[in-house]
Amino acid sequence: MLVKHAASTEAEIRIGTDGKSLDTRGLEFEINDWDRYAVEEALRIKEAHGGEVVVVGVGIDCDPTLRKCLAMGADRAIKVPIDTGMDPYLTAKAIKEAIKGEKFDLILAGVMSQDLNYSLVGVLLAAMLDLPFATAVTSVKIEDGKVRVLRELEGGYQEEDVLPLPCLLTVQSGINEPRYVSIMGIKRARTKELREVKVTLGEPTLVVERIYHPPIKKAEMLEGDAPKIVDQLIEILKSRGLI
Amino acid sequence: MDFLLTEEQKAIKEAAREFAEKEFPKYAEECDREEKFPFELWKKAAELGFIGMYIPEEYGGQGLGILDFCLVVEEFWRVDAGLGMILSTTFGSEMIMLFGTEKQKKKYLPPLARGEKICCACFTEPQAGSDIAAVRTRAVKDGDEYVINGTKMFITNGSIADYYIVLARTNPNPPKRHEGLSVFIVEKGTPGLEARKLTNKLGIRASDTAEVVFKDVRVPEENLIGKEGDGFRQAMEFFNLTRIHVAFQAVGLAQGAFELALEYAKNREVFEKKLVDFQMTREKLAKMRTEIEAARLLAIQAALVADKTGSPDPGLTAMAKYYAAKIAQRVVYEAQQLYGGYGFMGDQAISRMYRDVRILEIYEGTREIELEVIARSILGRVPSRLKILRRHPLM
Ligand SMILES: Cc1cc2nc3c(=O)[nH]c(=O)nc-3n(C[C@H](O)[C@H](O)[C@H](O)COP(=O)(O)OP(=O)(O)OC[C@H]3O[C@@H](n4cnc5c(N)ncnc54)[C@H](O)[C@@H]3O)c2cc1C
Repeated sequence: MLVKHAASTEAEIRIGTDGKSLDTRGLEFEINDWDRYAVEEALRIKEAHGGEVVVVGVGIDCDPTLRKCLAMGADRAIKVPIDTGMDPYLTAKAIKEAIKGEKFDLILAGVMSQDLNYSLVGVLLAAMLDLPFATAVTSVKIEDGKVRVLRELEGGYQEEDVLPLPCLLTVQSGINEPRYVSIMGIKRARTKELREVKVTLGEPTLVVERIYHPPIKKAEMLEGDAPKIVDQLIEILKSRGLI
Repeated sequence: MDFLLTEEQKAIKEAAREFAEKEFPKYAEECDREEKFPFELWKKAAELGFIGMYIPEEYGGQGLGILDFCLVVEEFWRVDAGLGMILSTTFGSEMIMLFGTEKQKKKYLPPLARGEKICCACFTEPQAGSDIAAVRTRAVKDGDEYVINGTKMFITNGSIADYYIVLARTNPNPPKRHEGLSVFIVEKGTPGLEARKLTNKLGIRASDTAEVVFKDVRVPEENLIGKEGDGFRQAMEFFNLTRIHVAFQAVGLAQGAFELALEYAKNREVFEKKLVDFQMTREKLAKMRTEIEAARLLAIQAALVADKTGSPDPGLTAMAKYYAAKIAQRVVYEAQQLYGGYGFMGDQAISRMYRDVRILEIYEGTREIELEVIARSILGRVPSRLKILRRHPLM
């Protein structure tokens, strides 16, 4: 289970004074929303089929999110105490290193993180581990040595796939209703293992040159009488492929 | 404030917040309008361990501290006060925890912590509120039983409770008027026990409030809690503890009203500017937020002292309850003012908060009684850290 301690989407983003980073002071962090669904899915699979749920987080301050997963019911946690910034490749590599020696049947991740929205860490990890994978999964059924999934496609379509185990799935939000954290869960988490694993990574693969606010696009006022406005409106909608 | 909490306390607070934010909106409006106790919500909260968290594990609770529980109180009240009262379904259990026998604890605490039974605490009477030494309810020893007669007023959970913790007079002519009182536990269904739900309350309407009448109610002598004649002292110690909860109720409600008002002021346009861009609004918001933080720190102090020393400090507790309840009035008032006419209409949460907030300066010791306790603490009439022990060098 991959989980990210991500900036809350309600936080107001400020750009750092160097113009290349984000000022994280004053930001609130929480479990990445997609990962909440993924954790719930992992726990349900465990409850139905047995096994162990291990959560893996990358980040210096990711403990609260790992603890939350333990409180929800995960069995143990692995923390990689490094900051990989905005580099999804480095994050995936860190996880790959950290889980060396772990035996697993299934890796679950959220489709994307709510702060950076790359949708990359899961699939990069799958490639690094040479695992089959499926993205945007909306249903998971474990069958004998295989997993049958539904994937969300554009336009309300779904695709059904069968993957051999082990494999990696990135989970779409809404796949289930994640459970609340209970006080009993928080107490049980006290004695669960949260192990730090140090890894050495190479150079970043992504170099940020500049971060800036996009120029604000002003609204376009349509002029003329009603029929003329309607014609213009239809043109605009057509040109954007909306009708 | 964050630095005062442990990682586990932060996790508890977050768990409570998530639950309240997702569940409370489903019930808040209806339970207020219809004066309905939210049984379903209470059960859900109990399954997650939020009810009676401070009850020791050996008696079926979570064995957590006062501050741990109060963080949940704050988060629940932040979303809705009336629904936050589900946490008061164990109100009265503190008397059993503090003064009960092992047998009483084993029997009564586990079902309360599990959310199977509801408790209530009956002190107030029609003519005895702030002055609880004036209670007239009588408990007369008859063989190995006590016979209780009297009427209790404004009892939270009175018409839905399974256990009634009752303060009654066992000695009608004591040397001092606060002596000769004792506390009993009466179970629902005991012949002669009757409760009448009081309706049309101003606020916290999801909470049940009742008049409870005892007519020749017989209880075995083993239902005496603590010592005969010690009821007044026991009641004071009880309130020293439960008033901390009320301080957090106030902090939560104030915080909730503040957040609503802030969001409203950011969006509302007046005179071609956002409301929040006027200096006068900004001063309001700055003061509200500061006062909430001050109240929160006082409340946390009261809870931490209780947790760390094992017993609450009456002066610090009264201070926290007095101040938090007071600023909650102001904050809710100003929050509603920022809403303008919309805040006056019944469909806005802020107007419900405006009604709910009044209870905080009334129950579990009115504002005036808290001030009296603070004064008595300063003067050394009740044991408290507030007493000044050294003489000022210029005196
Ligand atoms: C919704 C609700 C729930 C309640 N729940 C419970 C419950 O569960 N159990 C329970 O036992 N009671 C409960 N109460 C009762 C509550 O605790 C009392 O109402 C409160 O203690 C005040 O008592 P009173 O109403 O008799 O007012 P009084 O004591 O008559 O007070 C009237 C006014 O006089 C002031 N006053 C009193 N004494 C002094 C003084 N010495 N100096 C200056 N001013 C003074 C008071 O502050 C108040 O402003 C509840 C009340 C309400 C409204």
